[in-house]
Amino acid sequence: MNWLQWLVWGFSGTVILTSILAASQGFGMTRMNIPYLLGTIFTPSRDKAKLIGFLLHFANGWIFALIYVAMFHAFGLATWWFGALIGIIQAIFVLTMLLPIMPALHPRMANEQYGPTVVRQLEPPGFLGLHYGIRTPISVLIAHAIFGVILGAFYVVK
Amino acid sequence: MSTEPPKIQDYAIIGDGRSAALISNRGSIDWLCWPRFDSPSIFGAILDPEVGGSWSIRPERERKVSRRYLDNTNVLETTFACDSLKIVLTDFMSVTSEQNKQNRLWPEHELVRQVRCEGGDADVIVEFNPRLGYGRIAPKIDRVGKLGWRFGLGTHVYTLRADGDLDCFKQSSSMGTLAKLRLKAGKSIAFSLNFSEEGPAVLPPLGNSAAERLQLTSDWWRVWIAQSNYCGPYERHVVRSALVLKLLSYAPSGAIVAAPTTSLPERVGGDLNWDYRFAWLRDAAFTVHTLFGLGYKDDAKAFVNWLLHATNLTRPQLRVTYDVFGERPLRECELQHFSGHRGSRPVRIGNAASEQSQLDIYGEVVEAVCYFFGKEEPDHEMQKMLRQYGEYVCDHWTEPDNGMWEERDKLRHYTHSRLMCWVTLDRLIEMHQCGRIRGFSIDKFRKQRAAIRREIEEHAWSKKLGAYAQACGDDVVDASILLLAYHRFEDASSDRMQQSHARIRQRLVPRLGLVHRNEQSKNRREGAFALCSFWETDFLAHCGRADEAHEVYEAVLTFANDVGLFAEEIDPETGDALGNFPQAFTHLGVINAALTLRDIEEGGNSMRRTS
Repeated sequence: MNWLQWLVWGFSGTVILTSILAASQGFGMTRMNIPYLLGTIFTPSRDKAKLIGFLLHFANGWIFALIYVAMFHAFGLATWWFGALIGIIQAIFVLTMLLPIMPALHPRMANEQYGPTVVRQLEPPGFLGLHYGIRTPISVLIAHAIFGVILGAFYVVK
Repeated sequence: MSTEPPKIQDYAIIGDGRSAALISNRGSIDWLCWPRFDSPSIFGAILDPEVGGSWSIRPERERKVSRRYLDNTNVLETTFACDSLKIVLTDFMSVTSEQNKQNRLWPEHELVRQVRCEGGDADVIVEFNPRLGYGRIAPKIDRVGKLGWRFGLGTHVYTLRADGDLDCFKQSSSMGTLAKLRLKAGKSIAFSLNFSEEGPAVLPPLGNSAAERLQLTSDWWRVWIAQSNYCGPYERHVVRSALVLKLLSYAPSGAIVAAPTTSLPERVGGDLNWDYRFAWLRDAAFTVHTLFGLGYKDDAKAFVNWLLHATNLTRPQLRVTYDVFGERPLRECELQHFSGHRGSRPVRIGNAASEQSQLDIYGEVVEAVCYFFGKEEPDHEMQKMLRQYGEYVCDHWTEPDNGMWEERDKLRHYTHSRLMCWVTLDRLIEMHQCGRIRGFSIDKFRKQRAAIRREIEEHAWSKKLGAYAQACGDDVVDASILLLAYHRFEDASSDRMQQSHARIRQRLVPRLGLVHRNEQSKNRREGAFALCSFWETDFLAHCGRADEAHEVYEAVLTFANDVGLFAEEIDPETGDALGNFPQAFTHLGVINAALTLRDIEEGGNSMRRTS
């Protein structure tokens, strides 16, 4: 495994993924804000949460990139389309499995069964993240596919 | 309940330093724009009761209404009373300190309405009828389990929650959602409307948590008011006006919008309907005087920083208005689908005045900045900016413009514009003499200042009127002439100023305390311009007629509504409020005139004269 390439392209992919999601927010496609969601696990302060979440998000990017790299090595294949395919699979997993169970994982997220409490006040994302905007799945899919494209296109399996 | 739509003075305001809502004395929110003052409306019934949208909470049976703000806050309390039964409606937008926001999740915007029943059981009607995009979109409202009712547009999401059961909400074809609640004596129910666009919404719980947010909100307003050092006459009115100004300031940038509304008419049924949800440079000097005069140095600093940021891109040319982030306001257009407030069409959004030429604003900005820096020396960049304004005025003061009243018919050589060009150069020369600014030809500025003085004294003085006229060479009476004394161009007790005031009294004062801005506005059957009454107060105080000044001031205060708010104008016949509401310029006038009266009473000169 090429550790330097993993670090460089994992970081680059995360930068692009974050930029796509931030741009989607800016253009009114989604309210999905991953750094904010991650950060509020640790603090209720909006500003601090964004900063902590941003750092965690990059750490996550490297961890996920490691999984992508492991897949490239397992299949002996690292191409842009294979990276994109893994990205789409990951996005589908996030949208259909992870987001709906977020209220159970996140200590500050409210859920539809019990309503908000003093601690749990964050709006849950719902199935496919649709509570954060009807176009949320599209931006999540595109962002993850491009994350995979970058890793697949530039990571070299030796 | 009356079927007549509420009048302008029937409204009160609540806000969170980013947006504001107007609530009628019938318990209906008829105006709310989120997330900013100039965003499209969610509730716009004030401009069209049929399609604008509203959120009403009221008793089923008609009751006597009284309103007040909780002491030193912008938390509104409306009481509907009948015999021993009382229904108390408390409305506020949640605000708290940045420090408190570090310890808890806090919604981007939240409006809380708490209704409490005292002295017996009562039926309360709740009608929730949001219309997004200035009434164009009737949103589909979805139930989201225990998270309440949700609707949205794009990534804007609105959530309505209550600490009672919202299942009793019935979808009605024309009126959105409707509920009838039975409230037992001593019980209360709270509603929270929440807005989010930045990220996942924060949905604060109700019950005790809503009571805590009410306390935090009240505390925040009270802490802010406690920073004021005002001690003098008419304190109640000064405090209310300061609270209005704070409501109209956009906290993230420091800008202060002229009013939170658009197209409330200057003549009911007429077409003098403008969008005031922007910041006017004209208010700058007045605003800085006021904030400093009350001791709000941080707010004054925030405002001046906004001023410098906003003007940075266009200087040395200045725009008349900017949005809260210093950008060009929306292009003016008409909302044809709105019938207008009490039939006053058209309803406009955006403001074409931003493209006008108004030379007086240079004087306003220079005076505000000079006042702000006081005895300190402005930094290099600031000095450069001030020099540029001085040079611009030297090159352009002879040109006609649209003037401070933003007349759209033709350009004129307005006396007030000349005066403010004189102020620009006068204040810069003063600063130069004190060694606070360098790098320009003092002789050139002195020469131009003298030329402007000559122009005003020779051409703005009308022999026919025996008074200063609105513009050089004409014979129109205009209340802005009183500002010749305010800005120290001429002494208030001079013969010319006394004669000019007498002419204003004769032609522009329909009754004590009310002053039309000029003869054109009087002929157009507009109301009296409330700010002009405060100019007259100031003028009388400065020419040694303090008793008359108090009389005028007290007379105009009687035209405030039941919770102390002023619009832009006042109908001289009915006393009704006219124009956008509440109006920052008018409330600045309330405070400035009170400061002058206080200073004169204390035997000193008024604040601005010693600056």
